Parts: sequence; structure tokens; C-alpha cells
Amino acid sequence: MPVLSTSGLARTFTTKNGPVDAVRGIDLTAERGEILGFLGPNGAGKTTTLRMLTTLLAPTGGTATVAGRDLVRDPAGVRRATGYVAQSGGVDPSVSVREELVTQARLYRLGKAQALARTEELAADLGLTELLDRRTAALSGGQRRRLDIAMGLTHRPEVLFLDEPTTGLDPGSRADLWELIRRIRADHGTTVFLTTHYLDEADALADRLVIVDRGVVVAEGTPDSLKRTHAGSPDASLQDAFLAITGRPSAPQDQTPVAV
Amino acid sequence: MPTFLSDTALVFGRYARQTLRSKLQILFGVLMPLLYLLFFGPLLTDLPLSSAGSSWQLLVPGLLLQLGLFGAAFCGFGIIIEKQHGVVERMRVTPVSRLALLLGRVLRDALLFVFQSALLVLAALAMGLRAPLAGILIGFAFVALLTVSLASLSYALALKVTTPQEFAPVINAVTMPSMLLSGLMLPMTLGPTWLDVLSHFMPFRYLVDAVRAAYVGSYASSAMLYGVLVALVLAAVSLAVCTRTFRRAAA
Repeated sequence: MPVLSTSGLARTFTTKNGPVDAVRGIDLTAERGEILGFLGPNGAGKTTTLRMLTTLLAPTGGTATVAGRDLVRDPAGVRRATGYVAQSGGVDPSVSVREELVTQARLYRLGKAQALARTEELAADLGLTELLDRRTAALSGGQRRRLDIAMGLTHRPEVLFLDEPTTGLDPGSRADLWELIRRIRADHGTTVFLTTHYLDEADALADRLVIVDRGVVVAEGTPDSLKRTHAGSPDASLQDAFLAITGRPSAPQDQTPVAV
Repeated sequence: MPTFLSDTALVFGRYARQTLRSKLQILFGVLMPLLYLLFFGPLLTDLPLSSAGSSWQLLVPGLLLQLGLFGAAFCGFGIIIEKQHGVVERMRVTPVSRLALLLGRVLRDALLFVFQSALLVLAALAMGLRAPLAGILIGFAFVALLTVSLASLSYALALKVTTPQEFAPVINAVTMPSMLLSGLMLPMTLGPTWLDVLSHFMPFRYLVDAVRAAYVGSYASSAMLYGVLVALVLAAVSLAVCTRTFRRAAA
């Protein structure tokens, strides 16, 4: 039984120029403990889908079940069972690492003592112990990302959504983050649902890929099977397969992230 | 609903600590009304204002609500900055009560502006204000109610815009006419009839009149009745509108 499944999940926005179908019907599943890479060209509907799955945006069609809860009928249940790390993170630069972690735990309704204990535990696990009393503005890019992920793990979610987790990081910090994501899955059996523009990241990290374009799923499978089917050989690059599937490259890597 | 209350306390605590970290900001809000008190107040002392009590009992209530009006209307700025850091979405994906996310902030604002009001009243006492204690306390209650209303509306607007550049012009367009038409500085009864009539369409006028009545000890007046009613209706409507916006935005 998959931990996440959607059926015809859709979102239409009403604009001055008439309705825009950002997501036209997404069918996908994620198994427990799987690292799922969610890819697509700019404007394919990745962000809109992610915002629906994290309860930030109500779907206008279709259904989804996340961690056994219905997305539309029980958004509060979905929130309790999932973690979300946005591209922009979500910490206040003027607040200390400790205060952010404790507040986050309390927002997930942990008691005071539990929140303090969980903060120490997470900090030790993610290498943040020395940084607990620093303001988040003083962290390096890689440290900030570890904090963002710690925030998403506070309540031991069954599913962790990561939106472009390594955008803007130097190669060393990216490699560290991949290692961290693998370890989270190995230690806690957490399902990781991640979007990325970096195809080498998707190739190295994800067990399975779902590629969307124009609001629908256009391909899915393991990185190797996609390369074999769409680029002719498992030794081909994922970029070739991606081009064959969508006709467009994944976003240019120098693209500046847009905070939503 | 204990989780709703503890959520509100949690959100309030976070923003109260944020305010306490910037002590300058706490004092800065008193600056504008304080300047009016020091350099405008003395102009009124010998003028024939045809009101009960001294000119200070007339001016200080206006300055208190001016503090609330300008302070609360700009509260939304904070949430625009937070949105840019992703803080708002990060909180919205947690199970925390949507209403608590609004109320925790608004309570912090109300407390901050009542504190600033107290500083202003202390300065006014030094300048020569004499008013009954009960009246002064009632004045603080009106500042708190006005803050709840305006800060909520300001947050709702701020949730809908993405940049401070979209936000500031709207706030200025609302606050300036509100200040002028509610007779914050001088009572509207001094003006021509058309201006007096026009000002009755400005809800804040009733609040100012009520606090002025409180400052001369006239607690059972019609001005007080209308002021209380308008302040309560304004707060209820604003909170309802904003809770809806917070829920909607959160899907």
C-alpha cells in the first residue's frame, strides 16, 4: 500500500484572461521509504502539485491520500504526518537556531520539555549542536539547509517534501545533503518526495522518478529504466532522456530561485 | 479549546520576543505622537475650543488613537518580510490553528501599542494633562480595540500582496484621510457643517469622541455608547474578515 497516492489531482487558477489549468490531472504513487524525484521543465506544474500535497493550496479536481489521510477532507491530519521544506527555507534570520527548532516543535504541539529534548536530539543528529545559540542569519548555506531540514523533521513525519533542496549550494554541501537525505530514509524509513532541476541529483539520489509536463505525468520509472527507454541505453545521460520525454531541457542552473 | 489557546500563546510569545529584541522599535512608535504633544499641544492651551476640560483632555485622546491608527495599519509590513523568508508557509504546513496565527500577532500588537500609549500619557501628565484614572484606562482599552481591528485588516492585506511597494500606498491612502476626518487633532465640531457631517461617516471619529468623553469623566454619555459600539463592531468585522483570509490562504 503506497504512502502517497494521487488520482487525477488537478488545479485550475482563475485569472483575468480566463481559467489556467496549471495541473491537469496527476496520477502518482510513492511507496513507504522511497526517495521519489519529481521533475519537469519550468511551468510544468511541479510547484503547484507540491503546494497541493502539502495542503498550502486546495485542489480543484481529483483526490489524494497522504500517509493514510485524505488530502481534501483531513488536511490537518496530512499536516501532522508530513514535513515540508520550501526552497526559501522558512526561518527568521533574527531568531536563534534553538528558538526556531523549539518553536517548530511546539507548533507541532509537542510539550515544552519534549520540544527541548527533540531540539537537542535533532541538533545532534544533523550536526547543529554547536550552532544552537547562533542567529540563523549567521549560518552558512549548507548549515542553513541542514536547519531547514531539521525543521521539517521535528515531528518525525512519514513523508518529507523537499522543494529544490540543493539549489544555490556549493558542490561539497550538495554531496553532504545527499548523504543526509539517504541517511534520513535509512534511519527512519521516511518517504522523501523531492523536486529538483539538477538531473545529476535526481540520478544519484532518487529510487524512482516522476516527470511532469504541461500538468500531467509524462514518464515515470527508475533513472536507469528511463534512460534505457527514452535515450536508448542505461549508460546515456538522464539529460538526454529528459529531453526526449519533454522536448525541453531541465531549467538552466543559474536560474535564481523565486520565493513564493 | 485548549490547543487553540496554547497555539495563540505560542505565536504571541514568538512575536513578543521579536519585539523585545528591538527596544528601539518599541520607543520609536511613540515618537510621532510625542512630537505632536510637545510642539503642537502648547498651541492649543489658550484657544477657545468650546469643549469640556482642558485642551490636553482634548488632544491626548486624539494622539492615543493616532498612535494606534498609524502603528496598527502598518503591522502588515512584518508579515510581508516573513513571507519573503518563507516563515508564513512554514507555519501554515504545521497543524497550528489558523486563527492563532492571526490572534497571536494581533495580541502582541495590542500590548505594544497600549504600552506606547502609557508612555505617551506619562509625558502628557508632565505637560499638564489632568484626567480621571478610569478615563485614562478606558482610553487604553480603545487603543487595544482599534489595534485589533486595524492590525487584522493590515495582516489580511499583507497576505494578499507580495511586495512592500504594493502595500504602503494602500495604507497611506487609508490612514491620512482617517486621521483628518476623525478629528484626531481638533474636534470636528469646530469646522463647517459639511465637514462635521462628512466626518460622521468615518468610524474612527466615534472612537475619538468616546475617549475624549472618558477623559472628562463623562462615562454615561451617548458619545461613549456610540464609541463602544463602533469599536466592537469594527473589531468583530475585521477579525471575521481576516480569519477568513488566513483560512483561505491556508487552503
